[in-house]
Amino acid sequence: MKEIVIISGKGGTGKTSIIAAFASLAENKVLCDADVDAADLHLITKPEIKEQYDFESGHTAIINQDKCSECDLCRDLCKWNAISEDFVVNAIECEGCGVCCYFCPEKAIDFPLNTCGEWYLSETRFGPMAHARLHLAEENSGKLVALIRQQGRKLAEERHINLLLTDGPPGIGCPVIASLGGATAVLIVSEPTVSGRHDMERVVKLAAFFKIPAMVCVNKFDLNLDQGKAIETFAREKNIGVIGRVPFDPAFTRAMVQGKTIVEFDSQSEGCKAVKNIWKNLKQRLEI
Amino acid sequence: MIISIASGKGGTGKTTVATNLAVSLKSDVQLLDCDVEEPNSHLFIQPVIEEVKTITIPVPEVDMEKCSLCGKCGEICQFKAIVVIGDTVLPFHELCHSCGGCMEVCPEKAIIETGRELGVIEKGHRNGLEFVHGRLRVGEAMSPPLIKKVREYTQPGILTIIDAPPGTSCPVIASMTGADFVLLVTEPTPFGLHDLKLAVGAVKILGIPCGLVINRSDIGNDQVKVYAAQEDIPVLMEIPFDRCIAEAYSRGKMIVEVMPEWEEKFAKLYHQIKEIVFSNNHG
Repeated sequence: MKEIVIISGKGGTGKTSIIAAFASLAENKVLCDADVDAADLHLITKPEIKEQYDFESGHTAIINQDKCSECDLCRDLCKWNAISEDFVVNAIECEGCGVCCYFCPEKAIDFPLNTCGEWYLSETRFGPMAHARLHLAEENSGKLVALIRQQGRKLAEERHINLLLTDGPPGIGCPVIASLGGATAVLIVSEPTVSGRHDMERVVKLAAFFKIPAMVCVNKFDLNLDQGKAIETFAREKNIGVIGRVPFDPAFTRAMVQGKTIVEFDSQSEGCKAVKNIWKNLKQRLEI
Repeated sequence: MIISIASGKGGTGKTTVATNLAVSLKSDVQLLDCDVEEPNSHLFIQPVIEEVKTITIPVPEVDMEKCSLCGKCGEICQFKAIVVIGDTVLPFHELCHSCGGCMEVCPEKAIIETGRELGVIEKGHRNGLEFVHGRLRVGEAMSPPLIKKVREYTQPGILTIIDAPPGTSCPVIASMTGADFVLLVTEPTPFGLHDLKLAVGAVKILGIPCGLVINRSDIGNDQVKVYAAQEDIPVLMEIPFDRCIAEAYSRGKMIVEVMPEWEEKFAKLYHQIKEIVFSNNHG
């Protein structure tokens, strides 16, 4: 089984548009949306949800006012100042460490498991898809990312499919780290701007830190040729495969507005030709 | 006053709005870049950095001379960050949330504090604008504790502009909590709208007034405006797609540097926000 995870460091470089195009191009694959915080791939793939599950992870303290003797110990121990003067826990600030609950002399603090999202197994016109939705203002996104990738892998095994295409989150923190472990390779979608380059360099370091092979492509390449070339030079210096350039093409936005991949929307567009070329290079490199 | 600039979707123009707003105002302003995973504001502000501080959080180390292997530390830890295995205790620093539970519960006082590096905070200035940002160490998973450290630089009495990370989970909440206003930057596309709705949901949980900046306002469709009208969220600024702006951005230039007439628009944006915050506090 091979898994390609698409990441970018910087948000909005075109990860989802490109993976949606791959969904059109790849023959047998399972799609996985690991950007659980602000998932968008489903807006193009329009999944028909077959199975839905709650994602339970972490705990939140709740003080039972009837039992509380207002001794203040919990407030002293809480490193997050999550307990108010009148002994009410702010669920958003509560880290779920359980220290207050453990030490409360009155046993007045409950510590229930949180439901912090849902995850789905679906069918799409491109094949099976595993996706999820983290509830607003929730924690544990890394755990949900790990779970959804595991479910994607399971779906692929059941259907004898040996390719998993995973849309990753932006950044370099917890959800991104969770999207890397065990991946065959990451494809970094960058953009030729000072921000795109800065963020790409950090995400390259992250992939190296976790020893995941990386490849890079530059989207909207013609926006700034110097920056685009600088990204490619940096990548080559780090022994990272440069697998293509995508021109700035308004067809991507028009395709998105219609809920289509660029391949479905206009297979003759410059953007589509460029993505097809990247997919060809990717297939060759990873022997898909 | 604290204005937090957020978006849900990445790449919609948070940093563009935060930096242009910060340099367009004549009053005392500080800019805190809380997108510590991928901070970008400094690329545009080009501050003179005068202070670099390494930030650590406390994690446990066990003095095995004192340890009686009672296992209480492993029992209290919700994050599996300390485990008794055979005749030793293994702390897993990268999993530790620094709750202090293991130290508190240890009957032998065998657990002492050491530090895990979260990253650095850099502080500097440009033309009277104070600039602070955090840079998460590559490989570090937890950004909220570093974001909170950046926010400790907030100076009461002046305007604090926060450049928040994308998304809707804990790092974003850490960048919006306690703000007087959240300015949401979006783009008029299905992805932009979808993630905007999530961001509005998060802002509502926190009970903070918000307004919109629609960036690249002439691409996509009109659904963001329809949504804004339905939800009664004011559209405070529209920035059209302009190749000149996009190219300037790609070189690390702010809009006001290539189109000085925008300075007035950003100043007006601030005044609109001030009015909303004022009427909210007194209405």
